[in-house]
Amino acid sequence: MDDHSLLFNAFIYLLAAVLAVPISKRLGFGAVLGYLLAGVVIGPWGLGLIREAEDILHFAEFGVVLLLFAIGLELNPRRLWAMRKPILGLGGAQVVITAVILAVLGIVFGLSGSVALVAAMGLSLSSTAMALQLLTEKNLLPTPAGHSGFSVLLFQDIAVIPMLAIIPLLGTNLTDVQSGFDWLALLEALGVIALIVIGGRFVLRPVLRLIAATGLREVFTAFTLLLVIATALLVNAVGMSMALGAFLAGVLLAESEYRHALESDIEPFKGLLLGLFFIAVGMSIDFGILLHDPWLIIGLALGLVAMKTMILYGLGRLYGLPARQLPLFALVLSQGGEFAFVLFGVAQTTGVFPTTITDILIVTVALSMLTTPLLMVLHDKFLAPRLARAPAPPMDEMQDEGHAVIIAGFGRFGQIIGRLLHANGIDATVLEHDPNHIETLRRFRFKVFYGDACRLDLLRAAGAERAKLLVIAIDEREGALRLIDLVHENFPHLQIISRAWDVTHVFELLEHGVDVYERETFEGAIRMGEEALKKLGFTAWRAKQAAHRFRAHDEETLHEIYNHYHEEFDVRVRISADARERLREIMHSDEEHISTQADQEWRQAATDKPDSH
Amino acid sequence: MANSPNIVVYFAHLAIEQSVINRVLCDAVRDIRHVNFRDLLELYPDFFIDVKKEQEVLRDADLIVFQSPIYWYAAPAIFKHFQDTVLLRGFAYGPGGTALQGKDFLFAVSTGAPAEDYRPGGIHHYAFEDLIRPIEQTARFCGMQFLPPLVLHGGHSLPSEEIEAHAARYRRFLEDYQPGNNR
Repeated sequence: MDDHSLLFNAFIYLLAAVLAVPISKRLGFGAVLGYLLAGVVIGPWGLGLIREAEDILHFAEFGVVLLLFAIGLELNPRRLWAMRKPILGLGGAQVVITAVILAVLGIVFGLSGSVALVAAMGLSLSSTAMALQLLTEKNLLPTPAGHSGFSVLLFQDIAVIPMLAIIPLLGTNLTDVQSGFDWLALLEALGVIALIVIGGRFVLRPVLRLIAATGLREVFTAFTLLLVIATALLVNAVGMSMALGAFLAGVLLAESEYRHALESDIEPFKGLLLGLFFIAVGMSIDFGILLHDPWLIIGLALGLVAMKTMILYGLGRLYGLPARQLPLFALVLSQGGEFAFVLFGVAQTTGVFPTTITDILIVTVALSMLTTPLLMVLHDKFLAPRLARAPAPPMDEMQDEGHAVIIAGFGRFGQIIGRLLHANGIDATVLEHDPNHIETLRRFRFKVFYGDACRLDLLRAAGAERAKLLVIAIDEREGALRLIDLVHENFPHLQIISRAWDVTHVFELLEHGVDVYERETFEGAIRMGEEALKKLGFTAWRAKQAAHRFRAHDEETLHEIYNHYHEEFDVRVRISADARERLREIMHSDEEHISTQADQEWRQAATDKPDSH
Repeated sequence: MANSPNIVVYFAHLAIEQSVINRVLCDAVRDIRHVNFRDLLELYPDFFIDVKKEQEVLRDADLIVFQSPIYWYAAPAIFKHFQDTVLLRGFAYGPGGTALQGKDFLFAVSTGAPAEDYRPGGIHHYAFEDLIRPIEQTARFCGMQFLPPLVLHGGHSLPSEEIEAHAARYRRFLEDYQPGNNR
């Protein structure tokens, strides 16, 4: 049996994920622990179905890259800049304090200075993949704890760069390493960053527009992946973290109209690869080493988690995080991370670490990652209910980009709605599927996102879960109905108002459960009719009243006909014809009413002054 | 006929979202079971009043309430427009115009200025009851009993306890109302 074939491996991974994750979720342990355990089971120390854990881990790290890209898309440069204080302050303090304490402990326990330093640096980092996945899963990213956690993780990702640069200097295998600081490498790195910034700002949007204009969704998806992979490779070539490069690319595209489309396109890849990453971490737990010296490794892992938790707790408190969120913030970042694997790998090849140390530390980190989902369960079960009584946290900080209104379609119709809302201080998330049209709108400084509003993933990316109102203004009657069904099914809380083409479309909208609609030509035509009446000698007031009466009658008739919606067409035609006659009569009697009664008789009544009253 | 009396409260305010007093007053009576609360500007923002509908509502009511602030010595314009379009000859007065005969009418009104401003020599020069004569006379002309108006003066500077107390009085009046007991 060819058990190393790609398809067979894919079969094993997918099967493990499909079996383990739902069970884990059902038991309340969350998806991450499910993946980790699935990895343990199928890995070399479980059933031994898959052996090349390290290769897979390397491949699956691309999931982390996509994750950071997606997070970058959520953060435009302005908001990133606004976060500089927590990133540098909280993040910097966490890394430095944790690393110093761990290094001192290492030296106390008899490690050499350089070994202790590298180990401490690696262990000070948390798992971006793990922490962000857990925070996202529980929808905690928008909370202060999520916000601070993210800041710390971001600083750690940046800190990896100098760490990777320092390790070779500490090594003994100096053959392939130049002594001293590598200025050329620094220049290269800066050059690449400049390339990404310039490319992201000026080149990418026109290219995305061209690709979107082809109307082929898979090409757009392919380009999205290509973009992330290319950025990752480019950044990796100059020795920077791939995840950080992808994050940068994401940030630069966060302002673009393609943000939501990009986000929803990479979503499935991101999810699968992250799952694979966790499976790979599970597989790479070397139970041989663990069983050889279980108490040492378990002690190290638990000690590491306890130490990091305490430091994070203290820092979070110092930083003024709300008390009820402190434990969450500390626990979610308490594990060792994937960058430790990378650092320790480099440390071994450059001769800083002997193999035994590398193996022990990698198992320790992997094991510490296993504790986090469990600690989160304990937190949710025992700590959170008690803390819930503390005062409510301040308003969500990260949510300021999620608007309460989504406008689907920004053509002639949607634009007017958007402008009216904007004039009243209400900003909407706007979705439009014509890239050429978007280009024009952008020039008028409308914030419009590219994509087909009838796609569930795009709606979700546009914030349909938090929005209150969806305005359907797309120029596709069938599309509008599909969109309504989609929203009813997935976002039942979302109120819908919809543009209607004609009476038939109104009936279809009513059938699909939307009762706030506007026939797109109706109001304009009535206004025009009013003008016509004025040209024919009606006073402005009388023309206006006639228009009002016509509108009311028309709306009434429409509902009358709708009651016979499921009957023969002829019936509806008859009702409609009858109604037209009736309207004529109403108008006529009104006419008499206004001229005769209001004028003559009121004058008479006023002078009559009955004294019985 | 139903046991509990029918009351219709017509209300209008151009900026209810900014008015504390009228919000409190509305909240005080809106949920009373036999009160039909009709916010005219919410129903007819473009002044196109459904005359047939409102004539029916008036016909069914034992007590008709106009609740409003005072703008320029009168209720907001839509009340006048309501009178002009709904209280027609043959309905409210004239031959066969007996639909409102014998009903009670209450004006529940609030002013920004204190009571002492409404007197000769005060900045509003006339007594308040003189300024609202047109409404009083409209009610009489249609054969209705004009009940003593429920006035809250000085809204610009009133402590919230006083507003609450007034709202409670207003509510109690509508709750306890019986046709014919108020002459």
